[in-house]
Amino acid sequence: MTLATATKRSAKQQRARRTGDHAAWFLVLPALIPILVLSVGPLLYGIALSFTDAQSGRTAATQWVGGLNFQDLLQDTLFWDSFRIGLLWAVGVTVPQFFLALGLALLLNQNLRFRWLARALAIIPWAMPEVVVGIMWRLVYHPDAGVLNETLANLGLGEGRDWLTGTATALFAVIVVGVWAGMPQTTVALLAGLQNTPRELHEAAAMDGAGAWRRFRTVTWPAIKPVALSITALNFIWNFNSFALVYVLTQGGPGGRTRLPMLFAYEEAFRYGQFGYAAAMGCVMVAVISVILAFYLVGRLKGGDES
Amino acid sequence: MRTSKPARAAQYVALAAYLVFLAFPFAWLISTAFKPAKELGSLDPTWIPHNPTLQNFTQAFDEQPLLQAMTNSLLVAVSAALVAVVIATPMAYVMARHRNRLARAATGWVVISQAFPFVLIIIPLFLILKNLHLINSLIGLIMVYVVWALPFALWMLVGYVRAVPPELEEAAAVDGAGKLRTLVSVTAPLLTPGIVATAMFAFITAWNEFFFALVLLKTPEKQTLPVILNRFIGTEGVADLGPLAAAAFLATIPSLVIFALIQKRITGGMLAGAVKH
Repeated sequence: MTLATATKRSAKQQRARRTGDHAAWFLVLPALIPILVLSVGPLLYGIALSFTDAQSGRTAATQWVGGLNFQDLLQDTLFWDSFRIGLLWAVGVTVPQFFLALGLALLLNQNLRFRWLARALAIIPWAMPEVVVGIMWRLVYHPDAGVLNETLANLGLGEGRDWLTGTATALFAVIVVGVWAGMPQTTVALLAGLQNTPRELHEAAAMDGAGAWRRFRTVTWPAIKPVALSITALNFIWNFNSFALVYVLTQGGPGGRTRLPMLFAYEEAFRYGQFGYAAAMGCVMVAVISVILAFYLVGRLKGGDES
Repeated sequence: MRTSKPARAAQYVALAAYLVFLAFPFAWLISTAFKPAKELGSLDPTWIPHNPTLQNFTQAFDEQPLLQAMTNSLLVAVSAALVAVVIATPMAYVMARHRNRLARAATGWVVISQAFPFVLIIIPLFLILKNLHLINSLIGLIMVYVVWALPFALWMLVGYVRAVPPELEEAAAVDGAGKLRTLVSVTAPLLTPGIVATAMFAFITAWNEFFFALVLLKTPEKQTLPVILNRFIGTEGVADLGPLAAAAFLATIPSLVIFALIQKRITGGMLAGAVKH
């Protein structure tokens, strides 16, 4: 391209940009309005609600109560129990999910037969409605008609138990379902990262006599680390905010053993009508999760510099 | 690179374990759905039903307003998917092609909304829709689903728009086509496969969704399939496993079929968005 046409072109582009800005608003508006009204607006409204005594079905006007909801929340041991369960659940699901998904992704990255079958089956947990996942696992865990107890009995591994209603097993049982449901998505993300790993580097490392573990540490892991970090961070948030799966499996029972904070807030808001208090719970959940995530990401990124 | 024989064998064993883990719950659901009541009551359940039956399916339709629920779900999911892509495509175009503050704010919203706390959203949303008299209304639910499907739709569509070379549009402009004309007759046709995939994904998202539907729909004749399925458990307890499994199986089919069709595009779209952001 000659200089003359280049300058002409850039002048034209500038003019296009100015008219383009108006066109841009026109193109964006149909999506922007719903986003503002039904997403950004409610978020701010929700934060504001947490400083009020809003209740469902009340005739008296809602009043500002300042930090009262948050003070009450500090004393609310039931909420903090639920919060602790939520953290246990989120970590308990996210960590195995990551390692199992990494294993599967590494396998799928190999030249194995039946890879297509694994890819096809991975669709099932990913596409299935969460309610159906819950129902399905209720059938698996069912004390009499379930396949789990039947298999254990056939293998001579003792009497069956009532997995979802036993206080000792309920949380563990729902965590397994959480891992199952979220694994495929994590696998796909990690697999994509793996496929971006330079193959030559692998081969060079193998030539130098590096074993499988060293090759993974020095070649594979650095390449997939960004993907791994972001998918675990997202998984953690998604898992902490999850609702449907556990609601269908146990409704938070037995005796609150699987009552995730989302279930707690849902009951507070829509069973007892405490809108303001439930909104305050939401704020606390967001704040704590943000802090945890910030520490995790900063720590991980630093860890990368050292190694 | 060569893998030693024992290592290869270990890999196949591991792969087989994964296949079993992924598949067995679904296999059990299907097995339960086709078992007659007598076998379901037996204390020694088997993988393959001895006398497979369709009785559970007819019974499921008798016990719960399944047909109504399916119609509601279909209506909500199709409408939400269509509206979502119609409003998301122009916005995605701007986000992909412009580098102004608006585009950056939109990208920021897409990222943050991935981490949106539903607890904080649902209460205000409930109050807003109540003021608009859109509680227990499919229209209200559709509106919520549209906004709920937008982040991922935008994410995917931005990737697809970026894949269309701007030179093509410039060439059309040189040939004297106006801005709108260029968009409609040059860009849109190239985007069609991506738009279809995005709409299908939005459909699955809405079809599967439970939480908003549970809060916003009050009466059975308005409720969507996941809510009705949940009522199955609540009201019938443990007695009716067969019809429950049958209904759950039916509810899964649309999602599975559509997802199988667009799986490659979804993963592709996810990555395109991820790499470029």
